Amino acid sequence: MPDINQLTTIASQVRRDIIRQVSAVNSGHPGGSLGCTEFFVAMYFEILKQADEFQMQGKGEDVFFLSNGHISPVWYSVLARKGYFPVKELNTFRKIDSRLQGHPATEEGLPGIRVASGSLGQGLSVAIGMALSKRLDDDPRNVFVLMGDGEIQEGQIWEAAMFAPHHKVDNLIGIIDWNGQQIDGPNEKIMSLGDLEAKWKAFGWYVLHMDGHDYDDIFEKIDQARQNKGGGKPTVILMKTVMGKGVDYMEGTHEWHGKAPNEELTERALSQLEETLGDY
Amino acid sequence: MSKWHIDITGEKKATRDGFGAGLHEIGHQNDNVVALCADLSGSLKMNKFIEDFPNRFFQCGVAEANMMGIAAGLATGGKIPYTGTFANFSTGRVYDQIRQSIAYSEKTVKICASHAGLTLGEDGATHQILEDMGMMRMLPNMTVINPCDYNQTKLATIAIAQHEGPVYLRFGRPGWPVFIPESQKLEIGKALTIRDGDDVSLFATGHMVWQSVQAAQELEKEGIDVEIINIHTIKPLDEEAILASVEKTGCAVTAEEHQLNGGLGDAIAHVLVEKRPTPMEFVAVNDHFGESGKPLDLLEKYGLGVKHVVDAIKKAVQRRT
Repeated sequence: MPDINQLTTIASQVRRDIIRQVSAVNSGHPGGSLGCTEFFVAMYFEILKQADEFQMQGKGEDVFFLSNGHISPVWYSVLARKGYFPVKELNTFRKIDSRLQGHPATEEGLPGIRVASGSLGQGLSVAIGMALSKRLDDDPRNVFVLMGDGEIQEGQIWEAAMFAPHHKVDNLIGIIDWNGQQIDGPNEKIMSLGDLEAKWKAFGWYVLHMDGHDYDDIFEKIDQARQNKGGGKPTVILMKTVMGKGVDYMEGTHEWHGKAPNEELTERALSQLEETLGDY
Repeated sequence: MSKWHIDITGEKKATRDGFGAGLHEIGHQNDNVVALCADLSGSLKMNKFIEDFPNRFFQCGVAEANMMGIAAGLATGGKIPYTGTFANFSTGRVYDQIRQSIAYSEKTVKICASHAGLTLGEDGATHQILEDMGMMRMLPNMTVINPCDYNQTKLATIAIAQHEGPVYLRFGRPGWPVFIPESQKLEIGKALTIRDGDDVSLFATGHMVWQSVQAAQELEKEGIDVEIINIHTIKPLDEEAILASVEKTGCAVTAEEHQLNGGLGDAIAHVLVEKRPTPMEFVAVNDHFGESGKPLDLLEKYGLGVKHVVDAIKKAVQRRT
C-alpha cells in the first residue's frame, strides 16, 4: 500500500518549490502547477514504472508526457525530488543557460523530458506515437499524457482523439486537468468545453472521472485505466482539480494561471506550505 | 572525356515514384522504418510499403498536425517515421508541430513532401507551395533535400534513414526525365557535378536540374561552357563545392522551383556575399502565387522555362568582370 503520509509530505515541499521557482524569476505558471501537485507526486512516486536511469526511448517503462508544458514548475520539482537531476538546479528555472526552460525542452538533455511542449495541443499526438512504438515492440507498459482543459480547445487534440480509437491505441491514458480555468478566465466564459464526458465517449474513448487531490482516487482510477488495456480503446481521465490549490489567495481563480506572486505574497504562500524536505 | 556526368535515358518517371520505391526498399532493409500518411498514400506511391508492412503503416486521415505529432512520438520510441503528404500540408499547415515537436525536440522524423511547386499543375495555387524550402531551412536542426529525378529521389529516400535528426524531403508530381545514373551515390550535404564547365556556375535543385541540363545543351552550341552543380541538399549547403566552382567560373546562376525569397538562391547568395562576392542571377518564382495549368506551361509563365535559365546564364556571364 502506498504511504499517503509520505506523499503528502513530498507534495508540501513540491508546492514550496513551485512558489519559489516562479517567485525567483517573477514569471511562470503557479496556478496549474499547484493544482496538479498530488497528481505528479502520485505518478512519479508511486504509479509510473520507470527505469533507474532516464532513457529517451522509454523501452520497457511507463512513459509520461506533459502536453500543457506551462506547468513546468510542478514537473521540474517532482523530477528533481525523485532524483532525475539535482534539486538545487531548480534554482536555475527560467534563467539563462539553464536546462529548466520556461517550457520543457529536450535540447540541453534535461532527464525526464522527451519532447518540447508549451505550444498547446501537441502532446496527445506525441503520446499516441509513443504508444504505437510500444505496440510495435510488444512493450506492455503504458503511455500517459497530461493536458490542460483550456488546451483541448486546440483542434489537434480532436484529430488525435479521433485517431487513437480508430487504431485501437489502448495502451494510452490521457488525463485532462479540469480546473475550469484558463489564462483569460473560466473555460465557460472563454470557450465552453460542453459535456466533456459525452464528447470523449462519442470519439470512442473510455472516460473516467478522478479527484486530482485525492491520492486514493488517483490510484484507483489510474489502475482502472490500466485495466482497460486490451479493450481496444484508449482511456481519458477527467481530473477535477482546483487551480492554485494549497495557497489560499490563488485557489479557484485564473488570476494566478501565469503570474508570479510578489515578495509579500510569496511569503504568505510559503507560510501555508510546510518545508518538509528542505528548500533547494 | 565528356563534360557530362549524367545518363539521359529518354525515360520519364515521377520523383514521387522514386520516393515510393525508396520507401519500399528501406522498409525491407530497416525494421525501424515506419510510415504515416494523411489520406494521400496513393498519390505518394506508398502502396508497396503498405502491402509489405501493414503493421508499420499508420493512416492518419485528413489530419496532418496529428500525423506530425505521432511521428515525433514514434521517433521518441526509437522508430524512424516517414510522413507522407503534399508539400503544402507537410510544411505550412503544420509548421508549429514541426517546429516544436520535431525540430526543437530533435526527432528523427522524415517529412516526405510530394507535389511541391508549380509542376503540381492543374490543382492550382492552393496546393502549389513555393515557400516550403524556405520555411524548412529556417528551422534549426532541419536538413532539407530536393532531389531532381526518380533515381535521386529513391537514393535520397533510402539515405535519410541513416541520418540522425529531422529531414525535409521534397519531390513532385509529374513524370520527369530520368538522368541521374542508377549507380550514382548520394551523400547528404554533398553537391553533385552534372556537367563540368568554365564559364558560369549553374546551381540547380529539384525539377530545375533538368531545365538546366537543357539550357546548358543549348548554350554549348553558342560556345558557353556551363558548369552545372546539382544542390540536392539545400541545408546543410555544400559551401566548399559552391566556392570551388565559382572560383573557377567567376559568376553564378541559381535555379529552383520555389520562391526567390527564402530558397536556394538566397542560401547561395548568403555564402557568396560573405565569402566571395560574385555576379549572380536567380531563376525562381518572383513573389507570385501560381495557378492551374500544365506543368511546363506554368514553368514558362512563371519564369522557370529553359529560356529563362539561358537568359540568366547570359546575363551572369556578361556581368562577370
